Amino acid sequence: MKFETVIGLEVHAQLSTLSKMFCGCSIRFGAAPNSQTCPVCLGMPGVLPVTNRTAVEYAVRMGLAVHCDIQPHSVFARKNYFYPDLPKGYQISQYEEPICLGGWIDVEPEPGEKRKIRIHRIHLEEDAGKSVHDEAYISGNETLIDLNRCGTPLIEIVSEPDIRSPKEAYLYLHKIRQMVRWLGICDGNMEEGSLRCDANISLRPVGTTDLGVKTELKNMNSMRGVEKALTFEVKRQTEILSEGGAVIQQTLLWDEAAGKAVPMRGKEEAHDYRYFPDPDLTPLIVEEAWVREVGESLPELPDDRKNRWTADYGLSDYDASVLNEDRGISDYFEDVVRETDNPKTAANWIMGEVLRRLNEEKTGIENLKVRPGDISHLIRLVNEGTVSHSAAKTVFDHIAETGDTPDKAVEKLGLKQVSNASELGDLVQKVIDDNPDALKKYLGGKDALFGFFVGQAMQASRGKANPKVVQDLLREKLNALRQSES
Amino acid sequence: MSVPLEEVKKIAGLARLSFNEDELKAYSGHLNQILDYVGKLNELNTDHVAPTSSVQDTDGPLREDMVHASLPTQEVMKDAPSHQDGFFRVPKVIQSDGGNP
Repeated sequence: MKFETVIGLEVHAQLSTLSKMFCGCSIRFGAAPNSQTCPVCLGMPGVLPVTNRTAVEYAVRMGLAVHCDIQPHSVFARKNYFYPDLPKGYQISQYEEPICLGGWIDVEPEPGEKRKIRIHRIHLEEDAGKSVHDEAYISGNETLIDLNRCGTPLIEIVSEPDIRSPKEAYLYLHKIRQMVRWLGICDGNMEEGSLRCDANISLRPVGTTDLGVKTELKNMNSMRGVEKALTFEVKRQTEILSEGGAVIQQTLLWDEAAGKAVPMRGKEEAHDYRYFPDPDLTPLIVEEAWVREVGESLPELPDDRKNRWTADYGLSDYDASVLNEDRGISDYFEDVVRETDNPKTAANWIMGEVLRRLNEEKTGIENLKVRPGDISHLIRLVNEGTVSHSAAKTVFDHIAETGDTPDKAVEKLGLKQVSNASELGDLVQKVIDDNPDALKKYLGGKDALFGFFVGQAMQASRGKANPKVVQDLLREKLNALRQSES
Repeated sequence: MSVPLEEVKKIAGLARLSFNEDELKAYSGHLNQILDYVGKLNELNTDHVAPTSSVQDTDGPLREDMVHASLPTQEVMKDAPSHQDGFFRVPKVIQSDGGNP
């Protein structure tokens, strides 16, 4: 029997606000344990939570960007459970009335094949603290608790079970990561846990519509990890069902090192969170005017920008995707294009030199000393024949190291292209005189040696000669020699 | 209104409370009294009243996203039965997932 895979993802994104969801403690990563806590996030009696406006705005931003309906009225609820990293004994979340409903994200598993993954809801909540189980540091029957993270604002993005393969899950998650970074609401770092993903997965016979028994996968710490864990689980469930067995509903933890998912230790009770509206918080009212204001402040979104580039600039789909992956690079490209009428050349510069350089320096585009205006200037210098293309690359690296202007760099490096025919005439003559063997063969009919002479001349000029002028001069001189031979 | 003893046991379990049989009976009584009292509300006709979680349907106060000073760690640890290097020290938890359930 053939099976169809059904996957739904729950993605938690830590919002990059300055302070926590319901109190003024900092959410800075890496602070000393429990140094960013106060009576509110420690769950002391008698305190009252007050909602962070920016966290709400970020949730609205994400909701609008993925086509959700922003709810004018939503309600914070208590999700009750006991765990030492949750001092209040409940997490403030949203349950029956979340801030965003509906929406979708498009993914493209194969070129030209668009799949719409619907979003069920996005809600606001607070994060829990962190447990440290390091047994080298503490006895085996104890746990250390750091509550700095406790109360950090989160959005949880819940998809519909529309995802049909591990690859689609990867692409969907990739889109979410790109979007939260693009919107500046989350740094999207899965390794550090600022973006986390749980997956529900089940199989069903192809052609049926009822959902099969699902398992829940947790503990994937990278986007590829999510894809691998799901691939593992598809295979496992397929084997069970093919042999006539039944999948057991359970939570599995992905073990990246072992490359397999194992059932969670401890007894699996049906969760009973006894949600109820948090009496400490009034309903969250988001006025239409605020939503409009947030909508107007949204940047051009990645897919829209990509489509504009392919349509208006003639970029290939692939190039547009590469340049559009990161907002900083994307904006950089836009800035270059604004000052040049050569978008394709600009694209090549960025995909070639700029990305290479960032990769080598392991840094972000904001730290690159070559600014967009320098790139457009370099493109102009090449077009005008002031520097050769290869010299321009040398100039680029010089700017990246010194921050000099392109003109200054060209001058300092002495890379100004020589186009003066009388100056280059002597150089070309010398190349011909210095290579009598090659000349003899060329005159004997070996036309391919023309390129050899061009190369020698360029080398002799240390890359500064205008190749077109060199070619013209060589052709002229060699033709004259051929004619005088015959 | 009467909540079965089994239900009371379950609720006690979720709240991590353990009772002996006598206590269980006593608390069942209390619980039922409370529910009976609140049950009076059922006498009202609420067909045309929207489910409401708060009567303050006004613009709730929102806080500007600004960092305020946190408590000094010594202060935070003051009432902790056990701590180490700025961490709270607690008995090991059985659940191995280490995060939100």
